Amino acid sequence: MRVNFTVNGRPQEADDVWEGESLLYVLRERLGLPGSKNACEQGECGSCTVRLDGVPVCSCLVAAGQVEGREVVTVEGLADFARQRAEGGCATGACGTRGTSLDEAKGWQAKGTDSQTGEGTELSPVQQAFIDAGAVQCGFCTPGLLVAADEMLENNPNPTDADIREALSGNLCRCTGYEKIMDAVRLAAARQSEGV
Amino acid sequence: MPANGAPTKITQGSQTKGGIGESTLRPDGTLKVTGEFAYSSDMWHEDMLWGQILRSPVAHAEIVSIDTGEALATPGVYAVLTYDDLPTEVKNYGLEIQDTPVLAHGKVRHHGEPVAIVAADHPETARRAAAKIKVEYKELPVITDEASATAPDAILVHEGRDDHHAGHVPHPNIVHRQPIVRGNVEEARRRADVIVEGEYTFGMQDQAFLGPESGLAVPEEDGGVHLYIATQWLHSDLRQIAPVLGLPEEKVRMTLSGVGGAFGGREDLSMQIHACLLALRTGKPVKIVYNRFESFFGHVHRHPAKLYYEHGATKDGKLTHMKCRIVLDGGAYASASPAVVGNASSLSVGPYVVDDVDIEAIALYTNNPPCGAMRGFGAVQACFAYEAQMDKLAKRLGMDPVEFRQLNAMEQGTIMPTGQPVDSPAPVAELLRRVKAMPMPPERQWESSEGADVRQLPGGLSNTTHGEGVVRGVGIAVGIKNVGFSEGFDDYSTAKVRMEVVGGEPVATVHTAMAEVGQGGVTVHAQIARTELGVAQVTIHPADTQVGSAGSTSASRQTYVTGGAVKHTCELVREKVLEIGRRKFGTYHPAWATAELLLEGGKVVTDGGEVLGDLADVLEGESVEIEAEWRHRPTEAFDLRTGQGNGHVQYSFAAHRAVVEVDTELGLVKVIELACAQDVGKALNPLSVIGQIQGGTTQGLGVAVMEEIIVDPKTAKVRNPSFTDYLIPTILDTPTIPVDVLELADDHAPYGLRGIGEAPTLSSTPAVLAAIRNATGLELNRTPVRPEHLTGTA
Repeated sequence: MRVNFTVNGRPQEADDVWEGESLLYVLRERLGLPGSKNACEQGECGSCTVRLDGVPVCSCLVAAGQVEGREVVTVEGLADFARQRAEGGCATGACGTRGTSLDEAKGWQAKGTDSQTGEGTELSPVQQAFIDAGAVQCGFCTPGLLVAADEMLENNPNPTDADIREALSGNLCRCTGYEKIMDAVRLAAARQSEGV
Repeated sequence: MPANGAPTKITQGSQTKGGIGESTLRPDGTLKVTGEFAYSSDMWHEDMLWGQILRSPVAHAEIVSIDTGEALATPGVYAVLTYDDLPTEVKNYGLEIQDTPVLAHGKVRHHGEPVAIVAADHPETARRAAAKIKVEYKELPVITDEASATAPDAILVHEGRDDHHAGHVPHPNIVHRQPIVRGNVEEARRRADVIVEGEYTFGMQDQAFLGPESGLAVPEEDGGVHLYIATQWLHSDLRQIAPVLGLPEEKVRMTLSGVGGAFGGREDLSMQIHACLLALRTGKPVKIVYNRFESFFGHVHRHPAKLYYEHGATKDGKLTHMKCRIVLDGGAYASASPAVVGNASSLSVGPYVVDDVDIEAIALYTNNPPCGAMRGFGAVQACFAYEAQMDKLAKRLGMDPVEFRQLNAMEQGTIMPTGQPVDSPAPVAELLRRVKAMPMPPERQWESSEGADVRQLPGGLSNTTHGEGVVRGVGIAVGIKNVGFSEGFDDYSTAKVRMEVVGGEPVATVHTAMAEVGQGGVTVHAQIARTELGVAQVTIHPADTQVGSAGSTSASRQTYVTGGAVKHTCELVREKVLEIGRRKFGTYHPAWATAELLLEGGKVVTDGGEVLGDLADVLEGESVEIEAEWRHRPTEAFDLRTGQGNGHVQYSFAAHRAVVEVDTELGLVKVIELACAQDVGKALNPLSVIGQIQGGTTQGLGVAVMEEIIVDPKTAKVRNPSFTDYLIPTILDTPTIPVDVLELADDHAPYGLRGIGEAPTLSSTPAVLAAIRNATGLELNRTPVRPEHLTGTA
């Protein structure tokens, strides 16, 4: 089958999709967007978290056909997504009652980055905070955590520690013991509230 | 200038930013937060096929027949291979003993053993084709524990053993046995006023790295293959892969892909040979990615163990003797079992002074899942048991458990049970003092003006208590881990360092085969190069087999050994650069010949701080490249009868204090805080050091209260191969982890550093167990502790 949907603000068309394929598979293997990770493929680890019409979901549990006509944001588009939000546009799909229309979504587009070194890449506040706080070790959980943390901070700019833990409880990390992830989210929230 | 008038000397690296001791940020950080970092499962190639492994559904059986016809006839399938398709006489692999079949031959020895492999144009096609392979099994009785393994009529898991341990083990179903005998336990026991015995059980833990086993094998025009792979040791993989493929090692090129964690689980091969076989057979690139279910079968686990301990002490609290027997279940194949036995036995006494010991550790061959390396490697199981013994002894003696430990704590100069003196700082008593002195978390943190915040209570959002029945407990533990490969292993590493001018700036490039698995080795290598070469720009070359071996990313060894190799090679490069400088500019200033010269801030300077020239000018039109090996002090094998020998390179120490709150009615545990104090020798990157300590601590917490692979004792089948049923700590299960870092230099090690990755995984578990015992008054001789163990319903 063919699936048409929007990824990081760009209309995408995936052909020859087998009905059993997940959104995660289509993103990773058909659209060249492997940033969303495949750690468990059963909705337990959160590494594949993306936003579907603004709502964080495990993309491994979403059948590809379910995203027809809908809007997906992945870690690859997070920096542009956050910039758009900061500039007052609606990038989330959560602004209207029924999600963002494709036309609205076309108002922003994720830019390409230098895939060799990452130098000069513009990062969202939560991405920068993860680096600065030492929240990245192997990094496999990082994309899912970033999408989840960014969504939490969108809705709750001044979270308590208990709020952060609750919001990120669907994202497993095996390297860090979560302490630096807590630090990173606190840092992102503080920078956000200071307007840094 | 100092008061005595002597000029201030500067030392190499002290003037250059971003060197050792600073918390520089990861060079791969940006790629990892943008999703651009290429993990092994992200590899993609035009025209690529997907590989799938068919695994045994039973633990022990003869293979009567395999019919691949229907699978091979499936549209989209390019190859189906079994044992009969292996191209050479080498059909087994293994880290130390080559006992593991690439594909099962006539017999399967554990649940999930690979039997056949398939390549197809879509992963689902490959999965379905694998399911069409008809394998007829004739089931055999299963060996699952010491009794069944060593029974007089026991089936041998491996017939006709001829490995180098076969001659000294008491039974062919025992992989390796290491006794350690020192002093006279029988005599020492007579001095004991109290004797404490215990029998302890340690469950099977999984590494549960998040990045699944995966890689891409690309056939090459010269008949070789290029494997992009996530591993812990490229050259060890290469040594095992090439003979099975029938290729010389030069024709098997290996490049490290992004590694999504390892923790020991990638020391053994998983899909490496399978992907290469399929690629060479089909002539197409083949990618294999395990799903989580398969990952639980596709790598070795931490050895589950039974530990029997006896300790004695005088009434004034001095340990008299220790006798122990540690039985590790190695499962169906040897993997790292012999080395795990060496660690378990040699570290079984813990960080304490005991002169009279009688120790025995063995690893079994059984039909349970194979077990091998995991963070802590034999020392973890022992620490769980000896720390429980310490608390029992203190209680019997009416002493404070910390004071009792401090009274018996080892220190620099202590002789280990192996006869090896501890020849660098061993601040065991100090770490205990520090961890005990940390401020306690406030009581009843769940109380708020709006009632109980259930998120801070045992049971959490299940809303099982608002504080009723909740009891706090505190426990302390300390542990000892060896650093580096032990027992006479030639544990070296290699670094290639290049220095040149790029765009008018001096740049250093560091090339090693070190597997960056998340630990931050790449960060530290850049720091070392800045310190030693005085440059701002350091490029870390991708790890591959075009440079000599770096050894394994395990045993807390990489910063020590590959860091040591980078330091050593940078020193050689620095000398060469200075030679060039003397040749070019020596006539302009006498200091080129007479002064101690350093490279700082992109310049050649004297140790008095006088600038002699720019590195860019020295290196103009020149480049320096050196590849060199570096090794730590040699070690010795342990004597097979007495266990004596200078077997270890270095020891690492950490202590934990756990504070738990237990809902005693439901048996639910919430760990409130897990404080750690650790001696790291020298923190090359403090941010990364703390990250390692917190991560290791959390893995210890996991095996204290939730993590266990459940193997059915009747069938030896794994019951919980998923993250639904095998639980690892979430951010809700993990407490705050305050860390107190001590830096007492080890003069034998580069920069005085101490390997740090594993020690925090040791003492975390017994500290949590001690805290739960403190809260509940229960004995709790097994880990993990589950609700049924706390409520008497087990």
